[in-house]
Amino acid sequence: MGVGIEVVNLNAWYAANHTLQDINLNIPANHATALIGPSGCGKSTFVRCLNRMHETNPIARVTGTVRIGDLDIYKDAKPVEIRRRVGMVFQRPNPFPTMSIYDNVAAGLKLNGYRNRRLLDEIVEQSLKDSALWDEVKDDLKKKSGASLSGGQQQRLCIARALAVDPEVLLMDEPASALDPVSTSKIEDLIFELKSQYTIVIVTHNMQQAARVAEKTGFFLNGRMVEFDSTHKIFTNPSDKRTEDYITGRFG
Amino acid sequence: MRTATDGLATGLAVLSTVLVVAPLVAIFVYLIYKGASSLSLAFFTQVPKPEGETGGGMANAIVGSAVLLGLASLIGVPIGISGGIFLAEFGRGTKLANAVRFTADVLNGVPSIVMGIAVYSLIVYQQKHFSAFSGGVALGIMMIPTVTRTTEEMLLMVPHAVREAALALGVPNWRSVLSITVKTASPGIITGCMLAFARVAGETAPLIFTALGNSNWSVNLNEPIAALPLQIYTYAISPYDDLHRLAWAGALVLIVLIVAAVSLVRYVTSRGVLKGAS
Repeated sequence: MGVGIEVVNLNAWYAANHTLQDINLNIPANHATALIGPSGCGKSTFVRCLNRMHETNPIARVTGTVRIGDLDIYKDAKPVEIRRRVGMVFQRPNPFPTMSIYDNVAAGLKLNGYRNRRLLDEIVEQSLKDSALWDEVKDDLKKKSGASLSGGQQQRLCIARALAVDPEVLLMDEPASALDPVSTSKIEDLIFELKSQYTIVIVTHNMQQAARVAEKTGFFLNGRMVEFDSTHKIFTNPSDKRTEDYITGRFG
Repeated sequence: MRTATDGLATGLAVLSTVLVVAPLVAIFVYLIYKGASSLSLAFFTQVPKPEGETGGGMANAIVGSAVLLGLASLIGVPIGISGGIFLAEFGRGTKLANAVRFTADVLNGVPSIVMGIAVYSLIVYQQKHFSAFSGGVALGIMMIPTVTRTTEEMLLMVPHAVREAALALGVPNWRSVLSITVKTASPGIITGCMLAFARVAGETAPLIFTALGNSNWSVNLNEPIAALPLQIYTYAISPYDDLHRLAWAGALVLIVLIVAAVSLVRYVTSRGVLKGAS
């Protein structure tokens, strides 16, 4: 089951560049939350702070509090533990090129020492079904490389890989921006299915996409969060002039 | 006009290819011409005859080379790969890494005879006798810089996205490096090891001071051991035509064995590669 995320006074830097400034918000459990905003506004940095991927860059720094469920992720846990609870899907599909489809999905478990083959089989099958890829790959699981699939299939494989470690939260950083419209709509259907089980945070450049999949939407601009509200409100009656300008296409 | 330019470029490329391949083919053809007639069962089964007698073979040198190269690989490949992993993954930007990289590059440029003298004074002189062991060490040290630098470069070519994917799954960094990054780069790393192997397989100079050569049968690591390049050298400077012919045959066998060893490793490591893997 998903858990809620509470962010208090989050600040982040790349070297001297203050990329995120005083972010405060509550992301509800078992819903999809979209983050929109022009390029470079800090929305990707923000999601990378939620699974402590931000700090893998040696010049990066972060302050503030992020609670996932009742876990203060910068105080109470190690990065590897957080990342097992908070899955991530990246902008470009990034399957492990030397691994089979099966091993790609099982990677998170296997590399953390999980060896029960029967359970692995079950988890791989379930994860591929949850990511709507099972029917397309079930005959080639161990024969084909993850890199041999089409772009859209690769992205669903990456989603299956993230789901296999049974996270509570799923972060998606522009998961469909490198895909064609058909693949994009498959990913969107998937997000719709998955949010009953996981808390989903999706970064997107595509405002229609945000409107289609998310109950809540946050608008980021220049490292600050301008507005956070129900998606319906953001797109029909935003309280901030800048939000309105952005969604009506006056800039960005 | 464009067709002409295209034709010119294609022509130049073909010409360059021919220039690159021609010496190799020429050497190979000449070796077959000079050496093939001396190849016989005896060449592969007998040890050299005492000076003045005809016949005999290079069985001891073939096995000796295998022993020396096996030992060299046991030393050079693990140390070289570990060094490359350190440079690319753990020590990036540190002073130690820069020192290691610089040392590897210098070591790569050290003439092989100097390597022989170094190992001579470190091992042979201390032990008071020549040995197969010291020869293997000399060749092994010569393999390290090539293996280290290719490993480093191949690891750095693994896309950042692949590393991030592993980290985002909650895989510890060391595990991600060993199981994901190194595995992804392994075809290139294997090529680097093969290059280093082929390079030292033909080395004669470092063996003169270490393995010394042996006209009798020996696989004892504590005794001098025969090696194909040494045997070829000894026969080639001898005054007898018969031995010259054996030297040609030895050179042919050396090249064929290197090609066979490299092909075998390629074949073994390419099995299990999946359809569509890049």
